[in-house]
Amino acid sequence: MAVAADGRAAVAQTAVAAESRAVSSNEIIAEFVDVHRHYKMGDNVVRALNGVSMKVSKGDYLTIMGRSGSGKSTMLNLLGCLDRPTRGEYRVGGRDVSKLDDDALSNVRGHEIGFIFQSFNLIPQLTVLENLEVPLFYQGRVGAESREKAEYLADRVGLGQRLAHKPLELSGGQQQRVAIARALMNDPLFLLADEATGNLDSNTEAEILDLFDDLRPDGVTIVMVTHNPTVAQRADRTLWLKDGEVEKLVTNADRADAAPTEESL
Amino acid sequence: MIRDTWRIVRLGLKSLMLHKLRSALTTAGILFGVASVIAMLAVGEGAKQDALERFQDMGVTNLIARSKKPAETATSNSQSLWSALSYGLLYAEADLIQASLPTSVVARVREAKRPMIRGEHFHTSIIVGTEPSFLELTNMQVREGRWLGDIDDRRLANVCVLGATLTRLLFPLENPMDQTVLIGDDDRYRVVGVLSEQGRTAGAGSTPYDECMFIPLHTHQRRFGDVNTTRSGGSFSRERVELAEVKVKMPSSEDVAAGAQVIRDLLAQRIEETGDVLVTVPLELLKQEEESKRMFNIVLAVIASISLLVGGIGIMNVMLATVTERTREIGIRRALGAKKKHVVQQFLVEAGVLSALGGVVGVTLGVGLPFLITTWFAQKTIILPQHVMLAFSISAAVGVVFGLYPAWRAANMDPVEALRHE
Ligand SMILES: Nc1ncnc2c1ncn2[C@@H]1O[C@H](COP(=O)(O)OP(=O)(O)OP(=O)(O)O)[C@@H](O)[C@H]1O
Ligand SMILES: [Mg+2]
Repeated sequence: MAVAADGRAAVAQTAVAAESRAVSSNEIIAEFVDVHRHYKMGDNVVRALNGVSMKVSKGDYLTIMGRSGSGKSTMLNLLGCLDRPTRGEYRVGGRDVSKLDDDALSNVRGHEIGFIFQSFNLIPQLTVLENLEVPLFYQGRVGAESREKAEYLADRVGLGQRLAHKPLELSGGQQQRVAIARALMNDPLFLLADEATGNLDSNTEAEILDLFDDLRPDGVTIVMVTHNPTVAQRADRTLWLKDGEVEKLVTNADRADAAPTEESL
Repeated sequence: MIRDTWRIVRLGLKSLMLHKLRSALTTAGILFGVASVIAMLAVGEGAKQDALERFQDMGVTNLIARSKKPAETATSNSQSLWSALSYGLLYAEADLIQASLPTSVVARVREAKRPMIRGEHFHTSIIVGTEPSFLELTNMQVREGRWLGDIDDRRLANVCVLGATLTRLLFPLENPMDQTVLIGDDDRYRVVGVLSEQGRTAGAGSTPYDECMFIPLHTHQRRFGDVNTTRSGGSFSRERVELAEVKVKMPSSEDVAAGAQVIRDLLAQRIEETGDVLVTVPLELLKQEEESKRMFNIVLAVIASISLLVGGIGIMNVMLATVTERTREIGIRRALGAKKKHVVQQFLVEAGVLSALGGVVGVTLGVGLPFLITTWFAQKTIILPQHVMLAFSISAAVGVVFGLYPAWRAANMDPVEALRHE
């Protein structure tokens, strides 16, 4: 593989490739069709998700809200292919992944999904650069390419000078920026964030949300669980869960131009 | 591929560095295991070489039949004063052995204990009467002069060859060549040769050949006769012995078993009933020694295995702790696309690196240990490169084997649970 002289050029090329995947700007990249997730607890069955259908289009910025125990994390785990639905269909990029085996699911996670966690979840013994390279390592793509890409994305999130640092030498906001850069390393179809700003003060929270806004023109799709209405306000749409079912899907007024309005499913 | 492997190894090292003391203590088990494996193999190899040399001295193709005074019985006590106790190998038997084993080389040996005098120097030792073939059978070297020849025997010449120690005792200052040694009142033997130092403890019975004097077989027979009288207390005892020993050299070690059988058959009655002949087969002794060494080796192997087992359990213990501590990391890696095999790989390599580190230090220690054993216990040790390689490979293998279960546990964690782990 030819090594691009400029990291930006390499990423720009992959961005073009990602773009060409999109047949239209409304391309559905993730879709739940009557998804159930039930947990057996002795004789009881906990219906954490109970027949959820929803779609995420390319370029979407969706938040998921709901009371504690409403099934938000369960839904995010399913979206992230960390878990399999008890019943129903889940399509990623048009392909049903609900019956895939462990290795195949790992591949989907590695190639199509970027994770951002509440507690950052960087690997403490690795440097920033090494943390950024982890997703590509499992695809056998570590080398000059991954390094340039890591440098480019670290720059993009404003941490270009911190590549050699260990995570614990960074502030919480900086760690979360590294985590966002890491989530972008594999050019994912969409980013999944569980309370991405839950551990940050409001100033830092705003910075991270600004960063999300910055990334959107590159075609980044975001699905985020949050408890915070002001955070939810900055997304295009908010999916409300209640007792494992979709209560409502709200298109935020000030974002109405950014995505088609869909009041019900 | 190599780069990725190196990356995983480096990752393993980094993770181990998180707990330096714990990692160091864990490697100790493997370290001592590996060191003891190397030391034990070195001791075993040294002992084996030792035995080999010892029996090679006796001649691995040799067979030795030796006369031996039978245990005293009631009849032998009631013998009259002047009748001699007759035992041991006869000339006729030696001839029979030679005729039955035509491809062999035979040396008849007679022995007599006498005081030897040279001027004011004096030593009581064994005078060996033997044939020219004796030199070849015992692998001895002539340092000066010559060995006994057929012509000496035919002429019943009074010539002798001296062992190295005896030479020093009788001729501390002079050159012994062509000088004479006096036996008894007027029996003089001209020195025609001196042997090189042989350095063995056994020879003519318990007297080393270095301390013996060698004369032609028939000269010996003529001068000393077959009957030997010794006085103990007030009574005389008389013994009649024709040959003290018959040495037989077979053409090759493959013929030894058959030769031994022939001799044992010929002398069956003496060996089993009168018990006045003892047949020694160095090759058999060597094999017996190897047999008993095998037992010894098994014990060593068991001890080494136990210490490696203990080391391995230590590694497993630490790896289980590591896997639990790093549950979150496992969850993160799985979320980022790691398959189960990647997680297995990571923790196996980490366990392998841990025990290989122990192995490296263990090899260093294990190579040093045999020197101490040699100095302190005078036990010969030999370190073979393949043994060092073996010990090191075992250490790495122990890490991998005992790392398997923890790695398997890590790989089979539910990613969701792992990510939720504190
Ligand atoms: N592994 C599990 N075993 C059994 N029940 C579970 C399991 N995981 C989740 N649940 C149950 O499923 C329901 C939904 O849980 P989930 O974690 O998705 O809620 P949530 O919306 O993320 O809540 P929170 O806002 O507190 O994070 C809860 O009733 C929970 O007890
Ligand atoms: Mg939750």
